[in-house]
Amino acid sequence: MLLSVLSGFLLAACLPLVGKLLKGKLSILLSALPVILFVYFLSFIPGIANGESYHFNYNWVPQLGINFDFHLDGLSLLFTLLITGIGSLVFIYTSSYLKGHIYLDRFYGYLAMFMSSMLGLVLSDNIITLFIFWELTSISSFFLIGFNNDNESSRKSSLLALGITGFGGLFLLAGMIMLGFVTGSYSIVELMEQTDLIHNHPYFVLILVMVFMGAFTKSAQFPFHFWLPGAMKAPTPVSTYLHSATMVKAGIYLLARFTPVLGNHEYWNTTLIIVGGITMLYAAIHAVFRLDLKGILAYSTISALGVLVFLIGLGTDEALLAASVFILVHALYKATLFLVTGIIDHETGTRDVSQLSGLNKVMLPVGIAAILAAISNAGIPPSFGFLGKDLIYEATLHYGNWAIVLTAAAVITNICLLFAGFLAGIKPFVGKLPQKYEKLHLPSPLMYVPPMILAGLGIIFGILPMIIDTPLIKPVAAAILNTSPDFHLQLWHGWSVVLLLSTITIGGGLGLYFILKPSEGLLAKATRFEPISPMSIALKFTGIFESTAKGITNVLQNGYLRYYVISILTFLSVLLAYKLFQGFDLYINFGQLTDITIYEVIVLGIMAVSIVFTVFTRSRLVAVAAMGIIGYSICLIFLFYSAPDLAMTQFSIDTLTVILFVLVLYNLPKYLKLSDTGSRVRDGMLALIFGGLISLLTLEVLNEPLEREISAYYAENAYTLAKGKNVVNVILVDFRGADTMVEIIVLSIAAIGVFSLLKLRLKSIEKE
Amino acid sequence: MELLLVIIIGLLYAAGIYMMLRRSLVKLIIGLILLGNGANLLIFLLGRIVKGKPPIIDDASYVLSEIYADPVPQALILTAIVISFGLQAFAIILIKRAYKVVKTDDLDEMNATDEDL
Repeated sequence: MLLSVLSGFLLAACLPLVGKLLKGKLSILLSALPVILFVYFLSFIPGIANGESYHFNYNWVPQLGINFDFHLDGLSLLFTLLITGIGSLVFIYTSSYLKGHIYLDRFYGYLAMFMSSMLGLVLSDNIITLFIFWELTSISSFFLIGFNNDNESSRKSSLLALGITGFGGLFLLAGMIMLGFVTGSYSIVELMEQTDLIHNHPYFVLILVMVFMGAFTKSAQFPFHFWLPGAMKAPTPVSTYLHSATMVKAGIYLLARFTPVLGNHEYWNTTLIIVGGITMLYAAIHAVFRLDLKGILAYSTISALGVLVFLIGLGTDEALLAASVFILVHALYKATLFLVTGIIDHETGTRDVSQLSGLNKVMLPVGIAAILAAISNAGIPPSFGFLGKDLIYEATLHYGNWAIVLTAAAVITNICLLFAGFLAGIKPFVGKLPQKYEKLHLPSPLMYVPPMILAGLGIIFGILPMIIDTPLIKPVAAAILNTSPDFHLQLWHGWSVVLLLSTITIGGGLGLYFILKPSEGLLAKATRFEPISPMSIALKFTGIFESTAKGITNVLQNGYLRYYVISILTFLSVLLAYKLFQGFDLYINFGQLTDITIYEVIVLGIMAVSIVFTVFTRSRLVAVAAMGIIGYSICLIFLFYSAPDLAMTQFSIDTLTVILFVLVLYNLPKYLKLSDTGSRVRDGMLALIFGGLISLLTLEVLNEPLEREISAYYAENAYTLAKGKNVVNVILVDFRGADTMVEIIVLSIAAIGVFSLLKLRLKSIEKE
Repeated sequence: MELLLVIIIGLLYAAGIYMMLRRSLVKLIIGLILLGNGANLLIFLLGRIVKGKPPIIDDASYVLSEIYADPVPQALILTAIVISFGLQAFAIILIKRAYKVVKTDDLDEMNATDEDL
């Protein structure tokens, strides 16, 4: 099981190495992986149908409770089959669609990575692992949307998608951690047993918000839906796979998975119904006004996702059953329509629905697939879609007081969806074939067989629902409901209100299809509302965020060294001052002080004068000379206070520095006064404050007792161990010999630097 | 004496920082040197100062006894002096070199990358 989940990552990791070999015809071989996985997951059907579920545990980070705990039940199985099944078809389709593309291997790598992440997501029982896979799907989606990376809008869209889904992902992580905190377990199975505890916990609302944020961003719910139409910049196989059939359903999966844990609560249901309802209506109406085939499909996908959220929100047995069926219905027909769109785009070079017609004459098999999918989408009997729609209406009709409103919303949504489906599936294929398309020919079977398989399944499942009833759908509903439901899928329910609603939907949709012709004018009307759409608001917000960040960066990272120094020192001063004055009482232990002699006072006086000279002189030479005097004075202080080695070093180094300065700097420009009085005063204040603080700090430290353990060790062992009488020397060359060696290396590097800088100068002079 | 040293250290720090905040590169280096001197004195003082007792074992004995100046801060400062010399020497040459190329030692005029020159 672990292998089956991670195999895609392995494949993706291998591809950069062997990808070159696979770029030609061999690329279809890669489809073997999803096919094998599909068969592998099919083999679980009998067991799952019997009501079993499978657990697989692999340790990962057991210390943190994060493990690869996989749990396969009906819900996971449906998703794994969708992922691997549609994945297989998409892999096959891609080998022809992107034939000869230079980055084909990369593309397959991303696809395989996505497939694995998605499998991990739907199989994980551990909610932290689930989150990790969740993020991985966002990341692979980012790469796939931006696959045409030379296209600016592609890059923008992928960034937007990553931004929105990643943003939601963080909320999800927070929600998951809170769940773990409340229940003490990261396992979904164990969470289900603590529903009461979670429902009554004060964090419940917060957890709900977090999980909702995750699910709504991922599944493109209003007002986070706008990344999905942008995501259509991806190559069509990606739109098929990620942005209609699987990844966007991750949010649905999450909601379904957590229904037994968080569901059946007023907040849960109401929020989902409202958000799902708004999304499905908003997006369905939007879909009507689009001209771009993929745009139509994107909005109708959002709408379908809204329907699913809405159904999960209703939360009744019927609604959840309808949701289980609709996941499959939608995956089948929407994937078909996307694949067909890809073929149309590939062959004609346009996706503008107002330009396309009569393509049946040149690519009949594609047309058949599209029309079958449109029928299933429309819910015309005997398609699987009909069955799905009936279940939706039954669910809304039986929902207490609000039944009429909810049903009306569902009907309007379905009418628009039907229209959108017809626009994408039927419009391009009927009518008169424009002259420019007469020379078109049928693409490779690798491209038109996959949509035909999917469309065919959409009809077969409709006619013979018993094929999937017990083995697939029932376990799904059982997993969401956490009980085993009693029902049978059937096509014909007899004469009923539901049938009437279905007829209204079909009639309304057809009417709309014949009245409303897609045109630029309609699109223009819809775009008028653009400035108040959530997308524009989000982009504006991003803009403000960006300019604020830029402003802050410009203030802090201004490129002027002295402002960096100022900010660091100001911060340090404030911190020091706060600490000093919090628990500070200044006292000086006069008894401990060393006597003052006249020499020292003179030396220190000279030093003070030199410091003042260094700072205020107008002549560089004077400054350097004064600096030298300071150095010599320090040298004398070292001498007074028993540090002859230091005195010698200071003396030689100081001499060298001054000589170097004088030698090198004589031809520098005039020692200019560059800054105005204001900044001088400001800098002077800061410098004095900091100097004062250092002095206070020093006084404070002088009052503390001194630990002399280390010195004592050296004092005792300098001669006995290292045979040296000068302790300072022994420390440097013996006890800390390695340090001294590194120091010598540093000095050598500096010397090499100095040498090469000087050498460089000679060369450039030669050039001149 | 400690009190006077404390004042001198504060002065060195203040002068060093003031010089570092100037726009001239030369002043920056001078500031750095002053700051380094201040830091050295600070370490020296915090190791406690003792008069006339260098940490050298006299010929007759094998260990340091009685009161002696702390050798550890001295070793540290010695290292610091030498390292800072490396830094100073490099910086001084670098200033010279930079001045040759960009004809200024004003930091504000040196913020362009070489392509813009």
